[in-house]
Amino acid sequence: MRNRLAIIAGGLAAAVVLSAPAFAQKQGGTLRVSHRDNPPSASIHEEATISTNMPFMSVFNNLVMFDPKEKINSPDKIVPELAESWSWNDNKTKLTFKLRSGVKWHDGKPFSSKDVKCTWDALRGADDKQEMIRKNPRKVWYKNLKEVATNGDNEVTFTLEREQPSFLSMLAAGYSPVYPCHVDSRTMRSKPIGTGPFKVADFKRNEAIKLVRNPDYWKKGRPYLDAIEFKIVPNRSTRVLGFVAGEYDLTFDSDITFPLLKDVKDQKKDAICEARPTNVHTNLLVNRDAPPFDNPKLREALVYSLDRKPFSDILTQGNDLRGATMLPPPAGVWGMTQDELEKLPGFGPDTDKNREIARGIMKELGYGPDKPLKIKVATRNIAIYRDPAVILIDQLKQIYIDAELEPIDTTIWYNKIQQKNYQVGLNLTGAGLDDPDGVFYENFYSTSDRNYTGYKNPEIDKMIDEQSGMTDVSKRKAMVTKIEQALLKDAARPPISHGVANTCWAPAVKDLVLQHNSIYNGWRLEDVWLDK
Amino acid sequence: MGAYLTRRVLLMVLTLFGMSVLIFVMLRLVPGNIADILVDSAGIADPKEKAKIAAELGLDRPIFDQYLQWIGGLARGDLGFAYVSERPALEEIAPRIPISAKLAGLALFFSVILGVPLGVISAVRQNSAIDYLLRIISLSGLSLPSFWLGLLILMASVQWFGMIPIYTNEPRGFFDELLLLSIPAAAVGFRSSALIMRLTRSSMLEVLRQDYIRTARSKGASQTTVNYEHALRNALLPVVTIIGIEAAFLVGGLIVTETVFNIPGVARFLVEAILWRDYPIVQNLVMLIAFCVVVVNFLVDMAYMALDPRIKYAD
Repeated sequence: MRNRLAIIAGGLAAAVVLSAPAFAQKQGGTLRVSHRDNPPSASIHEEATISTNMPFMSVFNNLVMFDPKEKINSPDKIVPELAESWSWNDNKTKLTFKLRSGVKWHDGKPFSSKDVKCTWDALRGADDKQEMIRKNPRKVWYKNLKEVATNGDNEVTFTLEREQPSFLSMLAAGYSPVYPCHVDSRTMRSKPIGTGPFKVADFKRNEAIKLVRNPDYWKKGRPYLDAIEFKIVPNRSTRVLGFVAGEYDLTFDSDITFPLLKDVKDQKKDAICEARPTNVHTNLLVNRDAPPFDNPKLREALVYSLDRKPFSDILTQGNDLRGATMLPPPAGVWGMTQDELEKLPGFGPDTDKNREIARGIMKELGYGPDKPLKIKVATRNIAIYRDPAVILIDQLKQIYIDAELEPIDTTIWYNKIQQKNYQVGLNLTGAGLDDPDGVFYENFYSTSDRNYTGYKNPEIDKMIDEQSGMTDVSKRKAMVTKIEQALLKDAARPPISHGVANTCWAPAVKDLVLQHNSIYNGWRLEDVWLDK
Repeated sequence: MGAYLTRRVLLMVLTLFGMSVLIFVMLRLVPGNIADILVDSAGIADPKEKAKIAAELGLDRPIFDQYLQWIGGLARGDLGFAYVSERPALEEIAPRIPISAKLAGLALFFSVILGVPLGVISAVRQNSAIDYLLRIISLSGLSLPSFWLGLLILMASVQWFGMIPIYTNEPRGFFDELLLLSIPAAAVGFRSSALIMRLTRSSMLEVLRQDYIRTARSKGASQTTVNYEHALRNALLPVVTIIGIEAAFLVGGLIVTETVFNIPGVARFLVEAILWRDYPIVQNLVMLIAFCVVVVNFLVDMAYMALDPRIKYAD
């Protein structure tokens, strides 16, 4: 564990040194990036994948954003973008933004407060804006947003139902760009119009996404690059060889696993590679509404059965991070420390003792070596899901559970989970924002569209609402820990580990700052330049 | 002959109709549709959003209506709209066809240009050192998967030449394109050339033992004349059949090769479309492949007639 923390801390330190401001940024050049697959669409608001976010974030601007020069996203590191300034009313339910004037969309039309209003009206699900986006994966982020009102062209006020300190963080995420009112949703999915530093020149499926410099960008002197080309290369070996051969200046985000890192460094000695948490964690889904796991005792045994170290050792050479639902420190702002974690059920360092507890529960329920519980462990039929599922099956044997792997076609995975047609599932959950509101509301709140296990616990809902309104950070952190403990006790998606992976770039790429508690928030790329 | 041709054409139309029904039904038997995938890709579990997308794309209509709409459109040259890119399917498919066609053509060219002469050499020099060497090469060609061979080529290029021969930018001219496609074509054609070589060898060996070859030799015909004019022409019949079959199999080989060499061709696009259940793309592309296979089969039958005057297709 110390090694892992040292890697992350070392990565942070190295990254700070490497990303220190240069004094002679050069204008021009094309940044060539390898992309792992075809993004489902170009519309950031409609997707929940880095495949869309990484190439298209630089097409847009937010009202505010996490300081792109900082490695850690936190509420005190938010800087203005399309908003020049913001202010809260006394009871912190009205957030007013003064907007930058003279900003133009890529099609030349002027940006105004109406665009902000219609974007967030669509996101909160207002009836008259349903056509603006086809899918709305982060609708739950805005469940507390009552109304958006304009006051002239350059001022907009968000009215909240109640105080919500995380609201500004949500607006600062890479997933919160401002959309133009006048452009239809189909265009936004194929060749989006933004106000950002780069314009979409072409988006050819299976080939490339080409962005070109926006000459009318409101931030004078930016961006430095003339263009960015994301080449879609689905085969990872080809992508890595392409990077080694100098075809690409930057790898796709977190594309270089630890086993691959050595190869890359051996073959391209000057490559700069940075390890960072992906904020994607592996967890279990437990069907609590059907036998046998409708029995809370059995769910408890499951929680005590997990030995997290082999998962990390086998899959990522020991580099994954141990944590609960929230990303652990040092990169995570809200996660528990290792000392706090060890107090949680199943996280204690003595695996034998944990397993003894689990076996005791199983025996109490009538299971044993001669009468194991037979179950199926469902998972997506993709290696990153299947591999941990196989390790899980092996571990379950230790507590008299005879599990069989049930690989599910990825296209019907959520359907199966939603229909409760599983017993135990092995799942990966990504967090778009290192924030308890983002994570808890999305995954555990009873009315969330993304709570696909249908987890319903009025107590947890109440606690999530409660922490969401807390302004005292230390009290809120304590409440977040309490929620994590309650979720674990209830075996609601018991966490296994948080992923860590590497992103590499050529030394000519300057001022690229990777953010360490969200892979989704650092791709504006307006400060990046090429020293060629 | 005229009646035979009419019968063949009608049979081809009937085959294609059967294929269209089969493709259409099989695609819909596969679990999940584009609405499931679009909603799942965003990690949403809202059945209302799914139903909205399904309705928008016409997937909620009776399956027979959907079939009629597709086949009617196809007859009018309207391939419909791709679900994922939301562009006309024709615009998505058309630019990719020439890339794959050139790659497949080049691969077939390589396999024939290597397979047939090497097969002949191997047969006429039976049990010599060169025969053994060629047999080992052909065995390796049959055993090496094309993706593995492709990756080896890429790794060797990076290691020895510091470059990678993948399709990153559109080729600048004929020679640039030829160079770019030659390496993947060789990778995909290697297996076919091995098969053609082995078949040519065994077919030649059989023919070379025929009485008429002995007669030709006894009449004083040179070795070259015997081998290439008398023996090869007769030995080619099964080879032509296998070339026809290999032409159809090449599509499978192209999928892997286009992925490894990052070629934006139609084969890789088809796999992607299947994964996304992009029905308009899959249906039309599979129909196109079926059409090509049917036509190639027809041409192979015609080639028999040209190669062997004894073969006549009766009316």
